[in-house]
Amino acid sequence: MSDKFDVIIVGAGPSGSAAALTLAKAGLSVVVFERGEYPGAKNMFGGVLYTPILNRLVPNFWEEAPIERHITKRRFGLLSEGSEAAFEYRCEDFNTSPPYNQSFSALRAQFDPWLAKKAEEAGAMIIPETVVDDLIWKDGKVCGVKARREGGEVEADVVIAADGVNSFLAKKSGLRKAFTWNVLAVAAKEVIALPRETIEDRFSLEGDEGVAMEFFGDAVAGMVGAGFIYTNKETLSVGVACTINAFIDKKIVPNDLLERFKAHPSIRRLIRKGETLEYSGHMIPEGGYNQVPEIITDGLVLVGDAAHLVNASFYHEGTNLAMASGLYAAETIIEAKEKGDFSQKGLQGYRTKLEESFVLKDIKKYRLVESWANKNPKFFKEYPDLALDLLKDYFTISEKPKETIQKELTKKFRSKIKLLRTMVELNQFRKTFFSS
Amino acid sequence: MKLEDKLFLDQYKVDSEPHLKIKIPDVCLECEHKQCTWVCPAGVYKWDEDSKKIIVGWENCMEMGACVVACNEYDNIEMHYPKGGYGISYKFG
Repeated sequence: MSDKFDVIIVGAGPSGSAAALTLAKAGLSVVVFERGEYPGAKNMFGGVLYTPILNRLVPNFWEEAPIERHITKRRFGLLSEGSEAAFEYRCEDFNTSPPYNQSFSALRAQFDPWLAKKAEEAGAMIIPETVVDDLIWKDGKVCGVKARREGGEVEADVVIAADGVNSFLAKKSGLRKAFTWNVLAVAAKEVIALPRETIEDRFSLEGDEGVAMEFFGDAVAGMVGAGFIYTNKETLSVGVACTINAFIDKKIVPNDLLERFKAHPSIRRLIRKGETLEYSGHMIPEGGYNQVPEIITDGLVLVGDAAHLVNASFYHEGTNLAMASGLYAAETIIEAKEKGDFSQKGLQGYRTKLEESFVLKDIKKYRLVESWANKNPKFFKEYPDLALDLLKDYFTISEKPKETIQKELTKKFRSKIKLLRTMVELNQFRKTFFSS
Repeated sequence: MKLEDKLFLDQYKVDSEPHLKIKIPDVCLECEHKQCTWVCPAGVYKWDEDSKKIIVGWENCMEMGACVVACNEYDNIEMHYPKGGYGISYKFG
């Protein structure tokens, strides 16, 4: 191995590979260390991949990328024990021609190796099965990494930490913010096989179109979080994700919560006769803008989950932000190389690019989501239960005159809801998710 | 579906040495809620009433790190990544 590279990247996930591809295309020497047996081996997500940035990295990616279905339908279901109310949106314009609505279901152990391969073809050196344990510092500046292998001390002008949510490198550099229970979610998921025709018939899909479904309320036992089903070509991604404090408070383990979700009458019909192929778990950085740390120091930048770049609103967006951050970090490093300045100041353009793009604009817009969710448990349990209870009363057919039913409904609503307080809460909800 | 059956589906290359460790077992005696036992999708942490210890089934670890965060009050779990290429390898992800 050459003694010194322009850039060392730790982690061959979407952010690391996006950076590697961009840097290698510009002619910089790049090495990527990946601790998995292959890129993607350690990675999982829900998952829907948003692709505006991917299309800049690899134009017409859909012709070759291992993606599953293009998403034409979004469905949000509110569950109580035994019942469901749902909102579904479908648009034929999302079904016409690639890149459709820039959203595709995908499987990360298949997508990530492909993107890493694109970086490799552009000239980046990808070294799998290699853990990086530490940074090398010289005169207060990061100038390389210590990989856990023989001759593992490698130097570079800049190190990109693309090492995921746990980012031990961000921690060692002192940049990582302290982790608390409410800013991280634990996800558990199963990939469940079903014949292609069954998926298309059951979810009312044609050809390669797909649906993204999220479920709240009793889906996750009234905890802060959600259950999800995303359709792949011949599998479903079925899982739950809730904050760490939700699991601890409720005293339920992730697998039991997932089994409970799968057993709900609305869910079990969608997955019946499916065969589970794989079970996976991951942590999601959901702290939002307040949790995004300093992401630049002399000779080091953080990208993707390592920089806590996730939009935890209804968009559930992570990989697109990860690829954007990798791209912007790489562009900044290319500029820094021209000036020969890899100091914090010389790399500051990376932060500016994030601030001026959708990445930090969106994360900033939804900065209240995490605290809102943790302060308003009613929206995850009490209110869904009440809404579904009222709907049940409304739709229950009996000899009771409708006027009596209406009166009883109003009475029940008034007894359960303190109108003024609920108005205030709804206004907070509006401010958190929809205000500009 | 039972957790053991699910974990059996996953592909692991088990390292010869544990990558997870309870730093000071006695500290767990002070811990009232045993948070590490509630957050792990792979059920790595189990409280053993007989030995009054947390048993760490690190072979099943998915390397997600929630245990370390769950234990942040006592900071009693040490985690590093398994050797390169070892640990879990997802086929779907």
